[in-house]
Amino acid sequence: MKCQFCENPASVHVTEVVNFKKRALHLCEGCARARNLIPGANGPQLDLKALLSLIANPFPAAADDGDDAPVAPAAPPPAPEACPACGLTLAEFRAEGRVGCAHDYDALRAALEPLLERVHRHTAHAGKAPRAVRAREWQKQMKAAVAAEDYEEAARLRDLIRRAASEQ
Amino acid sequence: MNLDKLLPNLGEWLRGTGPESDVVLSTRIRLARNLADLPFGTRATAAHKGEVVARAKEAVAKAGAAHKLEYLDIPNIAALDRQFLVERQLISRELAGGLDGPRGVAFDPTETASVMVNEEDHLRLQVLRSGFALDDAWRDIDRLDDALEQRLSYAFHAQFGYLTACPTNVGTGMRASVMLHLPALGLTKQIDKVFRALQKINLAVRGLHGEGSRAFGDLYQISNHVTLGKSEPKILNEIREVIVTILDYERKARTALLKERRQAEHDRAARAIGTLGSATMITTEETMELLSAVRLGIHLHLLDGIPVTAVNQLFIHTQSAHLQKLAGHALDGEERNAARAKYLKTKLRELNSHRQ
Ligand SMILES: [Zn+2]
Ligand SMILES: [Zn+2]
Repeated sequence: MKCQFCENPASVHVTEVVNFKKRALHLCEGCARARNLIPGANGPQLDLKALLSLIANPFPAAADDGDDAPVAPAAPPPAPEACPACGLTLAEFRAEGRVGCAHDYDALRAALEPLLERVHRHTAHAGKAPRAVRAREWQKQMKAAVAAEDYEEAARLRDLIRRAASEQ
Repeated sequence: MNLDKLLPNLGEWLRGTGPESDVVLSTRIRLARNLADLPFGTRATAAHKGEVVARAKEAVAKAGAAHKLEYLDIPNIAALDRQFLVERQLISRELAGGLDGPRGVAFDPTETASVMVNEEDHLRLQVLRSGFALDDAWRDIDRLDDALEQRLSYAFHAQFGYLTACPTNVGTGMRASVMLHLPALGLTKQIDKVFRALQKINLAVRGLHGEGSRAFGDLYQISNHVTLGKSEPKILNEIREVIVTILDYERKARTALLKERRQAEHDRAARAIGTLGSATMITTEETMELLSAVRLGIHLHLLDGIPVTAVNQLFIHTQSAHLQKLAGHALDGEERNAARAKYLKTKLRELNSHRQ
């Protein structure tokens, strides 16, 4: 049998009962070690939390193109929540691994944030933004600059906003 | 659009002339984007999807890209044509077969830029370039994204960035993949070591056709999987650093092969050409393994007169849907293996006659 995470033969086999379902994991030693499933030098204890989250979701970051394996949050929901726009519930999200609309990231935020933390090790975007969003941000900064009487900075931002508008 | 006219062509990205093209075949960047006011794929009705298609077509038509993108409705084309587009790397297997309802793809005649509509996300923008060209690919796709954004209202969140159907893509929505040919690392049994190191630094490795595909012909795709919390240039830089290291390993392994077993490698490449040119039945897998040996032979200067572009082309043209389109009709497994052998024989004979 092959390891679920790579091409090596599986030598570590774990079964656990979660939600009345028996789940099995088969890993090679390297992958098991990388996921804290083998007691290492710095801890004789098996990492139970890592194990449980793997069993609840055996393919977390192993997502290929990311266009792939459904991802479900590991922890059970504290209370039923649903998106007011598309009706997606947390249970449905956990089953499908996909959100249903743009509002779900707010509606299911409590469950999503820990999941994002686990997959990306971050919970806030730090890249490109649509032009309209950038322009709004510059407007805010320009007002702040004027309030602080930093007219040089305000003029720079004003030019930026004008240039963005003329490119439309 | 008549897809047959694409048949003899070679997508720009397979020319084999870009930077570092002895090891890097191609660079691909894709961006996942969704419209703010329509439900995402799993919650969308056919009417919603139709609306996405209508808006996307309009935006693409007016985007004024360097090359005009032409839109193709996927439900209207035959299964074989869809498979052909998959082999061409223009659409995903999901868009071809796994999904239903209105959906399509717009792409330019050079097959450099494409936009899938109603894949997992409303839009999947893609730019493919020959060789190691992360900066060029990013510049192109950033522009295409800006052009589309002028006519579409994207789902963007102050904290989470570009919102995607799957949380593994949220933030930048960007996946950058570099396709590498690593025969020498395979031959010298160092490939597993390299990939174990990659997994530790959070990069994904897969075969030619992505998810779940085996790495036939020593072709591997390396891509980022973190999309949240880092800027696009930062993600690209992290990939670049890793690729540069792998390039170096592969080249060192090639030099070692030449030094330690030049004669044996020459023999392997010559036999590969021999088999490709004389087989009467041959599978895709065997073809790819042999083409890999030929490609390495060319780059080690053990074979001459065979342009590497021709080898790159054979990797794609010997796949099932391409062969069936060349034949003009569907072929079963055995017929395909015979057609593949015949095609290879003809092509290699052509190359030989040009040589003499
Ligand atoms: Zn493993
Ligand atoms: Zn929703």
